[in-house]
Amino acid sequence: MRWKKEKGKKGEADAAALFLAPSLAGLTVFLFVPFAQTVYRSFTDALGQHSVGWSNYRSVLKNSAFLLAASNTAKFLAVCVPCLLAVSLFLALCVRALRPGGKYLKTTFLLPMALPVASIVVLWKALFSQNGILNGLLAAAGAEPVDFMGTDAAFWVLILTYLWKNSGYDMILWLAGLDGIPDSLYEAAQVDGAGKGQMFVRITLPQLLPTLGLVAVLSLLNMFKVFREAYLVAGSYPHESIYLLQHLFNNWFLAMDLGRLSAAAILVALALLVIVLPLQSVLRGEDGA
Amino acid sequence: MKRNRVYLAVLLCLPALAVWGVLWFMGTGALMGPREVTDCLGPAFNSGAQSFAQWPLLPDAPTLEPLVRLLLDSPEFFVLFWNTCFQVFAQLAGQLLVGAPAAWAFSRLRFPGRRFLFGVYIVLMLLPFQVTMVPHYLVLDWLGLIDTPWSIIWPGVFSTFPVFIMAKGFDAVPRSMLEAASLDGAGYGRTFFYIGLPLGMPGILSALVLGFLEGWNAVEQPMTFLKNPSNWPLSLYLPQVAESELSLAMVSGLIALTPAVLIFLFGQKYLELGIQASGLKE
Repeated sequence: MRWKKEKGKKGEADAAALFLAPSLAGLTVFLFVPFAQTVYRSFTDALGQHSVGWSNYRSVLKNSAFLLAASNTAKFLAVCVPCLLAVSLFLALCVRALRPGGKYLKTTFLLPMALPVASIVVLWKALFSQNGILNGLLAAAGAEPVDFMGTDAAFWVLILTYLWKNSGYDMILWLAGLDGIPDSLYEAAQVDGAGKGQMFVRITLPQLLPTLGLVAVLSLLNMFKVFREAYLVAGSYPHESIYLLQHLFNNWFLAMDLGRLSAAAILVALALLVIVLPLQSVLRGEDGA
Repeated sequence: MKRNRVYLAVLLCLPALAVWGVLWFMGTGALMGPREVTDCLGPAFNSGAQSFAQWPLLPDAPTLEPLVRLLLDSPEFFVLFWNTCFQVFAQLAGQLLVGAPAAWAFSRLRFPGRRFLFGVYIVLMLLPFQVTMVPHYLVLDWLGLIDTPWSIIWPGVFSTFPVFIMAKGFDAVPRSMLEAASLDGAGYGRTFFYIGLPLGMPGILSALVLGFLEGWNAVEQPMTFLKNPSNWPLSLYLPQVAESELSLAMVSGLIALTPAVLIFLFGQKYLELGIQASGLKE
């Protein structure tokens, strides 16, 4: 009996290897090997022929464009993640409060996620350009027109665009978290005479803590896709307040400065690793069973 | 209580307007004649203009002419539309063929190193394009795939995100059923095809819907790896057309948006499942 079981287990591992083989082979060719190569290239010159030690890293860290892009990206994360978390939690709570009619609102708030950036690029330009619709409204109201895309205001346009597009995603995550809170907790609190506000602070918020960590990690990583929106609102040469890492990477890529580009990519990966590794258990859960 | 709900609903209409307004703009814009579009939006694209752009609630003289012209005599547009479709659907097919078996192994088979390997997949799925761009470039250049649609497709096929989502879906397949199948003499392959695939379908569809939206919206990858505009997908081409021909931009924007919105409406259930799965603990 015991022998049979062991044999079954061995077969299972073999089957798993077969099931995983195509995926692992692809990852080896398209990620593992070239990633090792990238690490190597970060220590060589632009053509990858001569070793240059740490000079690529030094040059990246001294480069003013890199510092601008990195600090803009960091600033963006610092402003946008909290905003996104708050807005999406608010939407989730409202959608739940309005059940069953809330499902239309839920669809509405999720929809921007599906709208292709490229399709709405005309609208964004029409809204935010110097002679655009918003400035027309401002002028009609007697206010001074704002140069949205040519000043620091671009940063806030980008933030709003990002919130507009991504709140729905986080809202769904919050809704799942809210659904996971047992009704019995609220019923018990009600029996004890707790008010709505009290229940929210004492039950809802603490129960949402695990969801918070998760939504934060996912939002943080999704934030790196904000380049799409930046490209949407401002093209390849935006105002310096929204000059992001991806803009810089594109420029260095066009210049085929692969040594520096590799070093910058490794630095970004390391920075992310430092932020995300402690939080990774959030995604995996404590126990894989 | 009832009144509070009404207030809340009215309050929520404000952010909702920001979504409906965009759809309204796309819809009405596609129904306008070229001259009306230029009259309305022209100033926004001409920094020397004295007036401001504005948008009417309804077009003055609704016409299907720009739409018909785009559909009937702009072969270049169809090339771009086809480029997008090919790049997206080839990626999805690959993700299904490569990802589903891998997800099945992670979810329902036990083997040494499973937890570690799954952790690696999660880390890979979290890497932003900025980090994978150079490795992808190096391998695509080595394989001579730069500037071909395959430079977009292959990295997409081996994306680990769909594996993660599908694995979450397969988690719902009861183990007792697998044991029963194995007692009946079904091998691992049969079990996967006849039990895993049908029962794991919601997870697979979730991965496909999310993958579709991601591929349809791709900007960074084609921008980096496709130099020749004849290989471009719509998502790269549309921002360029915007300034020269506004009316054309409006209709082609609407056409690019339609498949994504349709998939969204029909697949919303799976989209939500997929988003939730990205947040579920293992």
